[in-house]
Amino acid sequence: MKPKVAFFDFASCEGCQLQVLNLEESIIELIEIVDVVSFREAMKEHSDDYDIAFVEGSIARPMDEERLKKIRSKAKILVALGACACTGGINALRNQYSIEMVKKGVYGDADIENNPYFDVFHTKAVDEVVEVDYYVYGCPVDKDELTKVITSLALGKRPEIPNYPVCVECKKEGNVCVFEEGKFCLGPVTRAGCGARCPSNNNACEGCRGLVDNPNINSELEVLQKYGLTLEDALERFKMFCYREMSK
Amino acid sequence: MSQDKKRNLKIRLEHVTRVEGHGNIVMDVKNGKILSVQWQVSEAPRFFEMMMVGRYYHELSHIASRICGICSIAHALASLKAVENALNVEISNQTMLLRKLAKNAENIQSHILHVGYLVAPDLFGVGSIFPLIKTHKDAVLQIIEIHRLSNELSDLICGRTTHPITMVVGGFTKIPTEKELAKFKSRLYRAKDTIRNIADIVLSNIDKLPNFSRETEYIGLISKDEYALYDGVIGSTDTGEHKIEDYASITQEFVVPHSTAKHARHNRSSYMVGALARFNLNSSKLLPLGQEIADKFDLKAPCFNPFMNNVAQLVEIAHCIEDSIHIIDKLLDTGLKEEEKVEVEAKAGRGIGVVEAPRGLLIHDYTLDNNGKCVKANCVVPTNQNHENIQKDLEAFAPTLLDKSKEEIEHNLEMLVRAYDPCISCSTHYLKVRFV
Repeated sequence: MKPKVAFFDFASCEGCQLQVLNLEESIIELIEIVDVVSFREAMKEHSDDYDIAFVEGSIARPMDEERLKKIRSKAKILVALGACACTGGINALRNQYSIEMVKKGVYGDADIENNPYFDVFHTKAVDEVVEVDYYVYGCPVDKDELTKVITSLALGKRPEIPNYPVCVECKKEGNVCVFEEGKFCLGPVTRAGCGARCPSNNNACEGCRGLVDNPNINSELEVLQKYGLTLEDALERFKMFCYREMSK
Repeated sequence: MSQDKKRNLKIRLEHVTRVEGHGNIVMDVKNGKILSVQWQVSEAPRFFEMMMVGRYYHELSHIASRICGICSIAHALASLKAVENALNVEISNQTMLLRKLAKNAENIQSHILHVGYLVAPDLFGVGSIFPLIKTHKDAVLQIIEIHRLSNELSDLICGRTTHPITMVVGGFTKIPTEKELAKFKSRLYRAKDTIRNIADIVLSNIDKLPNFSRETEYIGLISKDEYALYDGVIGSTDTGEHKIEDYASITQEFVVPHSTAKHARHNRSSYMVGALARFNLNSSKLLPLGQEIADKFDLKAPCFNPFMNNVAQLVEIAHCIEDSIHIIDKLLDTGLKEEEKVEVEAKAGRGIGVVEAPRGLLIHDYTLDNNGKCVKANCVVPTNQNHENIQKDLEAFAPTLLDKSKEEIEHNLEMLVRAYDPCISCSTHYLKVRFV
């Protein structure tokens, strides 16, 4: 029996689900090992009978919390797909402001009170609402890593997600350290698995995969300051994708 | 059931499928009369404007790209152009050509995703592309060939398929080699035949697209020199040419209670942006392959059938394939070189950046402070501009469907929304409101 897989999305750019379609010809192999039973972005059919739910996006409203809890109750395995789902991602940047401020900033004086569509709270990662079994990090997720995760789960195995910093992969790629070029890189504390994509393209890591489990933040802050950032600026850099960790 | 003058009907299409994001179609019919038909956007708002405030100019394009996974290159480009406009940064010819190549790659990717993965199932009477892998494998493989080519071209220029890495204010952090570009040229040549084949497959099933027309206004970038995608001024089929700085008076946005996305209007009650709008404004500038595909379908400007947006997308895929070959030729003629990093000086100011995203006119407008930090952001995205036109089309289209079964009506209404290729994530990520 092939496991039944469903894809769901909440507040997000849907770029992580898009990586499934970006598998190109490998999609054909993928649907040989799993049955995709729900995938609104790509399919008309929908079934509530699924084994593995992939959830993209962060959770912003009570109506979304309810929907997520229903998904959790039906899924045997729930996987958080991408930065927004895993940590709140870039969506959490707005959590530094009050709800009143963001609503007013975007919708002005519109009469949106008592309208459930607009009833937002500070955005939450998926695991702030329901239990998450596995995390696929990144903004967006890496499609090769995603394939490995789906394959492992289809075989009943535990997917391996790296818990070492991007620097390890960056060295393997043979890159010149971007700090040397005056760029402010978060690679030393950010979870690997992307193949050090940004430094390999001569740009700095922005921490989209979140922090490794025991990051040495203080030494990273020292390095950033050594290369010319103020403490405030250095902390701000982390906020882009790690707002939740930074606000703890 | 058909021709029943006393017919009662309730349609509640929650979360229209095979579109980007969450939208609903609601229709109530009583005694054979349509009481209401409504296009609702229920997507959770994301408040991007607030996310950009307080961030440095060099971070803005990386935040902006996250508005949309499908058109992240367009958002990054509009953002970079806005910052460069605010800080008076000039880019080199090489940078402009590479950006145009990235823009073409994204346009091809987004359009083939829509026509090939999201619309094609309607043409073959199935629910998704997955069953077509078994029944029409050759067609699916040709669609994937174009999709892969465009994604790999984005990858080469931008460092990643989704959410570009290399494009920065003033230039690129990494550029492709001449050898890599030359390799793509031969693949693009092959793709010319592939897109002809795909067009023929669509053409042989074109009767599945409803024949419905409603005259409206079309808005998009126009240029004297080319089919405008990367640059130009704002053009309207009703009112002609407008300056970029006047965008707010053209894209007049307003809030409706049933939608977390804003709606827009200009000269009429609604207008349309996207591939069909661009075709209606720019068709005389199409390259021969684009024109060849348009001729296959007898597509001529002005075309008022929103379902032909799907065909205009095919025309643009062909145009962008040919244009990409020309760009690569130009780059190889002059030779690619590592350019000096452009010195950027942070200062206070306002800048506006426009591009044609795959789904239409996209505008980013930023105000920066002395340190180059964003104090105000406004993004006008294509799908917001289309929401009111979708609504007006539904109001005109629904009455023509009343003698059909409930399932057929639902299918037709969904197809109409899908023809616009709405990007709802984009449209709920935004910004300042004016009430009308």
